[in-house]
Amino acid sequence: MSKLFSRDSWAEIIEALSSNWFRTVMTAFGVLWGIFILVILLAAGNGLENGIKQGFNGMATNSMFMWSQTASQPYKGLPKGRRYNFKTDDVPAIKQNVDGLLYVSPRNQLGGFRGSNNVVRGLQTGAFNVYGDYPEIIQQQPMDITSGRFINYSDINEKRKVAIIGSGVQSILYAPSEEVIGSYIKINGVNFLVIGTYKKKGNNGDPEEMQKEIYVPFTSFSQAFNMGDIVGWMAITAEDGFSITELKSQIFDVIKTRHTINPNDDRAVGNFDLYQEYSKISGLFTALNFVAYFVGILVLLSGIIGISNIMLIVVKERTKEIGIRRALGATPWSIRAQILLESIFLTIVSGMAGIVLATAVLWLVNYQLSNMDTSEMMFINPSVNIGVVFIALTILIVSGLLAGLIPAQNAIKVKPVEALRTE
Amino acid sequence: MIEIKNLHKSYHMGKNSLHVLKGINFTVAEGEMVSIMGSSGSGKSTLLNILGILDEADEGSYTLDGTLIKNLNEKVAARYRNKFLGFIFQSFNLINYKSALDNVSMPLYYQGVKRNIRTEKAMHYLEKVGLADWASHLPSELSGGQKQRVAIARALASDPKVLLADEPTGALDTKTSYEVMELIQGINDEGKTILIVTHEDDIAHMTKRIVNLKDGLIIDDSIVNQVRAKTESYV
Repeated sequence: MSKLFSRDSWAEIIEALSSNWFRTVMTAFGVLWGIFILVILLAAGNGLENGIKQGFNGMATNSMFMWSQTASQPYKGLPKGRRYNFKTDDVPAIKQNVDGLLYVSPRNQLGGFRGSNNVVRGLQTGAFNVYGDYPEIIQQQPMDITSGRFINYSDINEKRKVAIIGSGVQSILYAPSEEVIGSYIKINGVNFLVIGTYKKKGNNGDPEEMQKEIYVPFTSFSQAFNMGDIVGWMAITAEDGFSITELKSQIFDVIKTRHTINPNDDRAVGNFDLYQEYSKISGLFTALNFVAYFVGILVLLSGIIGISNIMLIVVKERTKEIGIRRALGATPWSIRAQILLESIFLTIVSGMAGIVLATAVLWLVNYQLSNMDTSEMMFINPSVNIGVVFIALTILIVSGLLAGLIPAQNAIKVKPVEALRTE
Repeated sequence: MIEIKNLHKSYHMGKNSLHVLKGINFTVAEGEMVSIMGSSGSGKSTLLNILGILDEADEGSYTLDGTLIKNLNEKVAARYRNKFLGFIFQSFNLINYKSALDNVSMPLYYQGVKRNIRTEKAMHYLEKVGLADWASHLPSELSGGQKQRVAIARALASDPKVLLADEPTGALDTKTSYEVMELIQGINDEGKTILIVTHEDDIAHMTKRIVNLKDGLIIDDSIVNQVRAKTESYV
């Protein structure tokens, strides 16, 4: 193995490879292209994944939303088709009976799809979604507080009539230069003090509608709009290490018991499982990654077959040279080692060039993207991690070895006599 | 130096077998200069290949410098070729992408000699064949005679016991042939054992002994008066 580090064997390799530059470069291009495609595909998949997951932008993905529907089966003398509502007491009951829940946030809502004008400020009016919420909701559905603050527990406990408004609300109700914090807006005839503004990110849902929301404390909402102890729906997040998909049937059981609903009634509680959706998308990207590897490695393989092919030709062409070398005292192993090293060297150098080229392209793309507002794009930060590069390098070394194996074996099969026979 | 007893060699091509060497007995002492002559098909190249450990005999024994050459694996054969033998070919067989100096230093490379010593030695032999000024030239930039002289320097580089030359002047004109022969005679004068395969009479007479081969047998083996190449050449 000392050959590997001797300056002479490297000089030999460079000499042999540079004796036909054009062919060497053309051969190397196959592998360069293969590794280039592999890296670019992986990076593109990654970029798309980053872009899509940005849509979930910090949203607690281990969450579900749950609302009450109508009982679809009669139970304990109660008829089917019965309406019921979640109550505020359900919240502590769920927390108590189900382990592994991080947040259980009850919510109420005014307005909604095509709602009528419900908010007034001076001469301005607008139709907005008004939510009654607990402070935790900002962990579950993140938003940027651009000024002031969000709801806190003092607001909840003292039932303060305060509101946080979206940038969409602000642009309708306020003149651009007007001070927002400390002003009052009238929601369904009740005055609320604006204490903060927010802006939401993400690209799922309607980006314009998302900015047209107003958040008020849950307790003040109930009191101001006569909700009593009714809870419209709940946003529930499980702790890390628990899956909301697995916990949700337990939660439903608590609800069903408390509201006298048939345990087999699957339609009484409506839900949207964010985690399940998220897993689907994650699965999609696993598949995409697999496709990238599959295609990339196949393209790489064709490059490697190219190298193997060329090495066969090289051996054929150099039959005489190999004969001479053996007459001069070259051992079969030294011939084999030279062919193998040539092939590995060619593979690695062209592979590295491919990686460098791909990196340059990625850098360029990233540079372009960095000049744009990527918050609503489906494609951000295409990249591969260093581990992938190492995997690619390992593939290269192994494949270089494989590419050289058959030609090297051919080379030592050459009998010196036959090689030297002059025609 | 070389001792051959009852050497047989056949080639098999499909169902046909061709008996090329039919029992050769032959010894060469140290310092001799022998030419092997014969028409084509007489088996002279086969004999040279066996002597050069490039091929193996079917029967009989071959002893080179006291070492029995038999059933060698390729690795040992390579070492013996490197240690005992220097080859000179009709078509020179230089490696065409290597300079004259690198060509000459190749046998030393396979001996594992260090780079600077190798270059020094190779340069010494290039000087000996009068091509020191051409050390960095590629074979394609040299004339036929110069190429053959580089090949001779290469054959000498590993300081072998025996020089084997296969038609060393076959591709050269008369004048250049004589120059090369003069060089080879000079090397022999220094005590190197040399075997030359040729079919040219004048070249054969520049050696000290002529072995005539016909149909795989030695038909004549005689000492001749050596003709010095210089006398015939240009003055």
